[in-house]
Amino acid sequence: MTQTETSGAYGALTSPEAITAGLGEVGYISTPDISMAVYLAQHLRKPILIEGPAGVGKTDLARSLAEWLDVPLARLQCYEGLDESKALYEWKYGKQLLYTQILKDRLNEVLGEGDLSALTGKLGDFEDLFFSPQFLEPRPLLRAMQQAEGSVLLIDEVDKADEAFEAFLLEVLSDYQVTVPELGTIRAQVPPIVVLTSNAVRELGDALKRRCLHLHIGFPDAVRERAIVGARVPGIEESLLKQLVAFVQALREEDLRKQPSIAETVDWARALTLLHVEAFGEETVRQTLNVLLKYESDIAALDNRVGGLARAAASAP
Amino acid sequence: MSATRTLTDFIRALRSAEVAVSPAEAIDAAGAMNLIGYTDRSALKSALRPALAKSEAEGEAFDRLFDLYFARQASAARPQDGPARDEATEAPPQDMLELAQSGDEAAIQAAMERAGRASGVQDIRFSTQTAYYAQKMLKQLGVEQMEAKLLEALQARSDEGEAEAAGMIAARREMLKRARAHVEAQFDVFGQGATQAFREDVLTHKPISALDLADLKRMRALVEKVAKRLAVKHSRRRRNRSTGQLDVRATLRANAGLGGVPFRLHWKQKKRDKAKIVVICDVSGSVARYVRFLLLLLHSLGDVIPELRAFAFSARLGEVTGQLDSDRFEGVMEQILREYGMGSTDYGQAFSDLKTRYPEAIDRRTSVIILGDGRSNYGDPRMDLFREICARAKRVIWLSPEPEAMWGTGDSELDRYRTHAHATARVATLSDLERTLDRVLALYD
Repeated sequence: MTQTETSGAYGALTSPEAITAGLGEVGYISTPDISMAVYLAQHLRKPILIEGPAGVGKTDLARSLAEWLDVPLARLQCYEGLDESKALYEWKYGKQLLYTQILKDRLNEVLGEGDLSALTGKLGDFEDLFFSPQFLEPRPLLRAMQQAEGSVLLIDEVDKADEAFEAFLLEVLSDYQVTVPELGTIRAQVPPIVVLTSNAVRELGDALKRRCLHLHIGFPDAVRERAIVGARVPGIEESLLKQLVAFVQALREEDLRKQPSIAETVDWARALTLLHVEAFGEETVRQTLNVLLKYESDIAALDNRVGGLARAAASAP
Repeated sequence: MSATRTLTDFIRALRSAEVAVSPAEAIDAAGAMNLIGYTDRSALKSALRPALAKSEAEGEAFDRLFDLYFARQASAARPQDGPARDEATEAPPQDMLELAQSGDEAAIQAAMERAGRASGVQDIRFSTQTAYYAQKMLKQLGVEQMEAKLLEALQARSDEGEAEAAGMIAARREMLKRARAHVEAQFDVFGQGATQAFREDVLTHKPISALDLADLKRMRALVEKVAKRLAVKHSRRRRNRSTGQLDVRATLRANAGLGGVPFRLHWKQKKRDKAKIVVICDVSGSVARYVRFLLLLLHSLGDVIPELRAFAFSARLGEVTGQLDSDRFEGVMEQILREYGMGSTDYGQAFSDLKTRYPEAIDRRTSVIILGDGRSNYGDPRMDLFREICARAKRVIWLSPEPEAMWGTGDSELDRYRTHAHATARVATLSDLERTLDRVLALYD
């Protein structure tokens, strides 16, 4: 196995520890597992497939990575019916038509007189004009390939796209090259770091899974969650931070329809600081619980337990 | 033993625990191992996991096996590191008696490792094979030579010989114990997954009527597995795009902005019905057990079947869809039985209740699954109503727990019902249930 030379924008990815530190600089609190996956992705030239509940920072990892490495982020949001023309490239039809219209008046001057076959031959020489890079509209996949300095390609919620698109992705991700019939093959000078995310709406195809490095991001433990909230909500009281994280952690042990994830914890912390909450008590929790829990049935189910949970969190070490 | 060998053995262990590792992934794992090295075990773990385990379930199996396997590796590797180890693998077996009496823990460990490898302990699948593999290992360790000596010593009929023989017998017993321990440890790594898979396979094909209480608990997890399999298969929408007939109207509309030049073509798409299933369950004593599994399976399948209605009856029929919708299945069946399980079965009354109280339940998109033995206690089977249901529904499938020879005997009306139903089948095992539901769901793909 030859070591991949790390140069250019990816030069900072020297070790998992360096990645943890670097992501920390831009406010993403990593774990050894996450950093290792990123490290391997770059050195083995493999896409990372991230699975996990909504709101645990799957998309954020790609965004933070691009920010830290200072490379462009090409984001492709998947949905049912997504196809190549939206993901890869499209011809600028409108511009082509407009140019044809403008050129029509001058057609006689350019082509001049002659018999039909000579004119057709002349016209043929211009054809390439309309199928040239200036009429090509690059979509995220192609844009990511075109970056000379490398890029981060985020393919978000790949489970929402249909199978046909998944198969198409396989081709792109295995060679890091795409073919535009009129122009030829475009190969990425510096392969992008590819991050795919999935919320497990449907099971992904085996072939795609097997080609990717698999990373599962779950809910964080209390220490990491405190670090994340601290990074996202600067200036939050230390004691309040401790208590609210303890409360959320206890909440995840409950049998809920939708467990609060990190995004919700951060929102809640923002809400509490905005309200200048000093004492963490039952009343405040009750009033702001709808920030954490997104289902009425969950709030109702917890109604008579909120007091106890809040007190337990308030007295947490 | 080289690092590659260690890794390939570990991958074998993973495969035996139903983690499907492809050769390409094995190469990735080797690449990751080269990058990270194997001095830091926790770093190695987080480097191998993304390359080898591709789902949460596989991740759990990976974590369990990694700890088991590399803990063992570490204990075996410590005494003799470096290139000398490879030679040691090839070394001829030492004298077993000498080895046992030397008390050299490291040497014994290494010898066990060697003998285990030579006798293929990694292929162990069931705990009952322990004795077989332990004996095989003893043979590798040279027990036959020692036994020959043992015979000689006994034939000598001297005190010295007796003492020597006693020593050898003790050594043999000791080594057998060690070998057994080694095989058991190997079984934890290589065999557990296979045993689990075997047990599940047996349960899937065991008649539901023959399950005991311990089985029932395990079945719960198994039913969920079956449900997941069906869900994966049928949750994907299969669409045939870019084929078939041109949709002229859609094409013109889409290209109106381009001066009517058809740049983008639209094709007619076949519309698929959403799965709409009605289950009607006889919950009288003899069938209740089967109903439990059918309902549990349907409950776990919730997301795949957007429109599911369930009815239960013995004497009278009522809707139980609401109970089935609750998040937890525990207690649901008991509640249904309390409400509808009493009374003698009357199929005619049930169909009549269905018609009068839930006339909108069945339309031409509906698949109807009836689970019952068709034993109506000599009441009027209301063939007219059943025929009406069959005519209206997309498909009517009758599932009976009784074998075909029993249909139509005594008070069973199944022989008459089956002439109208689209399909009649016997369900005795979980795999029968899976097959039936698979067929029903395929109608809507």
